[in-house]
This record gives sequence, C-alpha cells and structure tokens, in this order.
Amino acid sequence: MARRVGISGNYAVAYAVKMADVDMIAAYPITPQTTIVEKLSEFVANGELDASYMNVESEHSAMSACVGASLTGARVFTATSSQGLALMHEILFMASALRTPIVMANVNRALSAPLNIWNDHSDAMAQRDAGCIQLWVRSAQEAFDTTIEAFKIAEETRLPVMVNLDGFILSHMYEPVELADEDEVRKFIPSRPLENRVSTKKAHAVGVVGPPEYYYEMKYQAIDAIEKSRLKIKEIDKEFNSRFGKSYGEIEAYGMDGAEAALIVMGSIFGSAKEVANSLREEGKKVGVISLRLFRPFPIQEIRRAVEGIKAVGVVDRATAPGGVGNPLYNEIAAALYDMPERPAIQGFVAGLGGRDIRQDDFRLMYSATEKAAREGAGRCIYVGLRE
Amino acid sequence: MLEIRWHGRGGQGAVTAAEILATSVINEGKYAQAFAAFGPERRGAPVLAFTRISDKEILTRCQIYEPDIIVVLDKNLCTMEGVGDGLKDNGIVVLNTDQKAEDYLQVFGNAGKIAVVDATEIALRELGSPITNTAILGALVRATGVVGLETLEEVMRQKFKQYAEKNINAVRRAFEETVVFEAGGKK
Repeated sequence: MARRVGISGNYAVAYAVKMADVDMIAAYPITPQTTIVEKLSEFVANGELDASYMNVESEHSAMSACVGASLTGARVFTATSSQGLALMHEILFMASALRTPIVMANVNRALSAPLNIWNDHSDAMAQRDAGCIQLWVRSAQEAFDTTIEAFKIAEETRLPVMVNLDGFILSHMYEPVELADEDEVRKFIPSRPLENRVSTKKAHAVGVVGPPEYYYEMKYQAIDAIEKSRLKIKEIDKEFNSRFGKSYGEIEAYGMDGAEAALIVMGSIFGSAKEVANSLREEGKKVGVISLRLFRPFPIQEIRRAVEGIKAVGVVDRATAPGGVGNPLYNEIAAALYDMPERPAIQGFVAGLGGRDIRQDDFRLMYSATEKAAREGAGRCIYVGLRE
Repeated sequence: MLEIRWHGRGGQGAVTAAEILATSVINEGKYAQAFAAFGPERRGAPVLAFTRISDKEILTRCQIYEPDIIVVLDKNLCTMEGVGDGLKDNGIVVLNTDQKAEDYLQVFGNAGKIAVVDATEIALRELGSPITNTAILGALVRATGVVGLETLEEVMRQKFKQYAEKNINAVRRAFEETVVFEAGGKK
C-alpha cells in the first residue's frame, strides 16, 4: 500500500533506490548528499536491501566502480554533490559512451572556491556535455518518483541518468511524500538481468582504443542514443502515470493563459516562482512560469510550444558560464528559440549562487524586469541580489 | 499558513524538533515543511530551524523572515540580539527559561502571547541530559495547539524507539508546567 509520510528529499531518493532493488551501490559521502548514502548503507546493513555496498576512496572510484558493475549487467546507483561530481567528470563521459545505465542522484551544490556547501546548479551544468540524461526535480515527492522513473529510462536507453535535486532546499527539507507500494514499483521496474558484457563465457572487448577509423561512429551512437531517448522518456512517464497516477512531463508551464511575460526556471524555485506569480496575477499582471524537468536531452519543441505568443521570457540561471555569451540555461533557451518566426525577448538573470536565498522580492524583480523586456526588449543579464 | 522559527544551540535538537513537528502535522493529513539554516554545524553554536504548517499544499521554498511563532530552546538565547526579529504582530513566543514571562516583554515587544517553561530542568530530570527539544515541543503544543499531543507522541515513539518514553514524559511534563502569559500584542 502506498503511504504518506514526512521525510526529506534525500530519504525520498533512498527509499526509491531501495524499492528499485539495486544490486550495487558505490558512493563517497559529501555534503549535502550524505544522508542518501547513509540511509542506503543502513538498508543494506540491516538486510532490508540485498545489495553490495562498496566503500570507495573517492568519487572518481565510485563512478569507475559503477561503470564496471554496470557492465556486468547489475543495476547500480551512486550519489554525489559538487566537488564529488567534478571528480567524476572524466568517468561520466565513459559511462555514457560505454552505454552503462547507471542512475545517480546529484544533490546540487556550488563549486569551490570559496568553499561553499550550499545550493546552486554549477556542479551539474559543468557536466552538461558528458552525455548523461539530466532530470531536475522540484519536490521530495518528485525526487522519489523521478528516481524510480530514472532506472527504467537508464535501462531502456542504456544511458546514465542524473537526477538533480537542490541541496538543502530539497535534500534536507522534510515534507509530505507519498511512498508508492514496493510491489508496484518492482512491477514497474522488474529486476531483470541486463546483458553481462564482461562475462568470461562470452568474449567482449569493452573500453578499447577507438582509432580515428572507429571513434567517430562509436561516439555518434551515444549522441544518437540521447537524441532518441526523448521518446522513451515520454513513454516511461506515461507508463508511470498509468500505474501511479502521476506524470511530470519534460517541462511544466504554470499560469501561461494570456501571459505576456514568463520566467523559465529549473529545480526547487518553481514553487516560490508560482506563489509569486499567483499574487502578481491577482494584481492584474500577465505573468507565468515554466519549469524544466528535463535538461538533457533539451526539450526544444516543448519550450517552443510553451512560449508561443509570449512577448518576453526571463531565464533564471543558478550557474554561470564566465566569459560566455550568456549563462548555461540562457544559452540553451536562446538557441532553442532562435529560429522561431516570432520569438520572445529573452532576459537573462543569475540568482541564488552559493545558497543565497532567492526571496519573494527577488522574484517580483525578475517578473517585472521580464515585463519590461516585453515592452522595450531585453537588456543585459541581471545579477539578482548581488551586493555592490 | 503558520511559520515557526526555532532558536537553539547545536546539540539541543532544534532541527529534530522542527522535523518532529512537521512529521506530526503531516501525519494529521495536513501540509508541512521543516528545514534548517545549515552552516558549519558544531555543538554549542547558535542554530536556526524552521517549520511551515498549512492546510493547503505549500508552494514557497523561500526562507522564513517573518515568523508567526518563535521558539527558543536555550536559556541564554532568550535575550540574544536579534532573537525576536521579524516576529509578526501578536505572534507567539515559547521560551525555555526559569524567569517569568513578563521579564521578556522588552525583547518581544509585539508578542501576543509569551509561554515559558523550564525545559532544561525537565530535560535533566526526565532524560538525564540538557537536550531540551522534546520538552519545548510540549510547551509549544500547550501555547498553540498546533498539533495533537498524541500525534506528536506517536512520531516520537517511532523516531526515538527505546528512548521514546523518557522523551514523551518530558513532553507531558512541559505541557503541564508551561505558563502562558497574554502579553497583549502591539501597543
């Protein structure tokens, strides 16, 4: 039976991983990811989860161990944050190109320096091009549901899936979560042995040199796989809906009826952005908000449809790309909308770096700057809340 | 929506209290959030935790700047600079102190109610250690009725297991001994 409980976002992930009946977990603890792996090691130690829990000396080793284990056909999981994800960098590219269906939770945290344990999106954005599917959740409930979907997406696309949840704001916040029935979860993602690609009985060469004659084609297979994963992700979300009565889609548009200006956001700020949009609409302002749940592959068509008829969008980046044209999300949105016949003005914002709270007034400022962009065109990127 | 700010010191269990309250509210079918202002946590340093409670789904995830209720778990923090910041007019204050509520009228000038209990004494007697979070929960329930005492006790049974009974005794004693003073609110 499904049950409604009060737990943190990290525990929601741990419960989902337990219900997914993983075979192997390799992880190195790092704030604010720690309570995920703490809970999982407890499940393994007390016999509630029959899995091999591998203690490693670094995140580089954690991801390497996951790639190895995944090649044997095991269902594997890891979790990390910030510097830990950065240390996994080179192995992430191998995980995707070797087509290992690893599921990882990345509890978003700023990158040093200065040392900072709080939330922003710079860790995941730095891994944008590693070839992993990236999902972004907005509540503890979504962290639970998305982690379950992630195992199915990973195994059906043979690609690593990164589930991103905001450090502290989601990872450590206690809130209501409906935990699905474990048997139902197992029916949704049955533990079936995937192909063992390193079996001694069947000769396979994995991770070999790809000279110029072969590298390009092999790389293209991974590119093609993530491109094609769009359809799978849609299908799996539908299937999740028919079994659990919930679906999330690639994006979620809120208050867009008759809207002239809309914010585009990722992660946990969606709720606050909706609340402020509600009060602005009561004041007669025509504003809405769009949240991306899928960042890789980028939901191009969904975004284009959502902004049709909108005069301006305000893109809220929680990571930067210093010296670039714009910041990571801004650049994606600008490229996605570029050849629309009537594209909206695109106003860039940076907000909430290193755990700086994005307050209600900050949202009001961003909505009003986006409305201004609708009238006068977009200006330069606004660094919201930055002290002089 | 009701917003609560908890002041404590590392080791007194302010974050746990915020979580127990949220879990209890959720178990009663309502909505709640509990979170902490995380910093480099260390025993003895002042810490902040927060709980939001609502009958409807809670959208906002901003921090809390204007609480309806302030709870202080440590005697020496009851008069700390900034402890009353942002309290809504006619808000409720719950203090761990061996002084009278009237002594805090200066600190919490706009409070509607000030509830006082000697949570340290109760914790020392019932638990044998000055961990005041469960006693102060009893005082909070007495002052606000924000959740049922039985719901709270059930959550504590599940969370504290063999230590539950001692903590439940602390909650009950604090509930009995709390003195709620009508402070009169903003003049």
